[in-house]
Amino acid sequence: MTVFDIVKSFALETRAGKDHLDEEVTGGYASDLLSDVIAHGRKGNLWITIQTHPNIVAVATMKELAGIILTGGREPDPGTLQKAEEEGIPILVSPVFTFELVGRLYQKGISGLSPC
Amino acid sequence: MAEAEENIPFHEMFHIEGGNFMSAGAISSRVKKILKEAGFPGNIIRRTSIAAFEAEMNVICYANQGDLSLFITPSFLKVVVKDEGVGIPDVNLAMSEGYSTANEKIRELGFGAGMGLSNIKKNTDEMILTSKLGQGTHLEFIVYLDERVKE
Repeated sequence: MTVFDIVKSFALETRAGKDHLDEEVTGGYASDLLSDVIAHGRKGNLWITIQTHPNIVAVATMKELAGIILTGGREPDPGTLQKAEEEGIPILVSPVFTFELVGRLYQKGISGLSPC
Repeated sequence: MAEAEENIPFHEMFHIEGGNFMSAGAISSRVKKILKEAGFPGNIIRRTSIAAFEAEMNVICYANQGDLSLFITPSFLKVVVKDEGVGIPDVNLAMSEGYSTANEKIRELGFGAGMGLSNIKKNTDEMILTSKLGQGTHLEFIVYLDERVKE
């Protein structure tokens, strides 16, 4: 499943990185702590968060994530959009809250890391 | 090999401004670009730039200012980060995952998870951290290039 498929399936709105939606999604990670995502996010993951500042793009770039979904109707800061366009990181937004969105993604086959 | 290690063909130093969260990640992004242009393998680039990001964030979150130096040698990459700031009272405690002295502002931005230093340790082959209370902190880490792919 690509980022584009997920945008369509979950009625997400694309705020940045429109030309980078063809990447295959390898799974998902939900967290609002940046170091936690650095530790546990995997290449090609979708990151679900409520953080909206430009540093999320730095983390996504560093970890080569497929994209970032902002939940609960949150909108990216202007600086975040600019950085995301520069780095080619899709920023997607959803009015749905994190727990619910993660549940829906999981039902569609997007899973996370499981230590046990 | 010892001869090669003494030879440092590339060295660049970057200044980091404490408290400037808006440019956070700028230095580690530049480190990543340099390593990419140099043609290092993806996992070497990823590990080094992740560690550099965490180190950069520590200076931004906790210090007044600092410098990050990148050294590229034929056998390893080395990053040295020196800062002027409050320093770390107990380095061992700071190294333990989950321990953080971050204030509310830092936490609201999603930093201060107490994972930064352990992320650096996990992603590097050698790490040295020393600190003088009230003066600053000195961090060095090395990533070996055993798996370097020549392009």
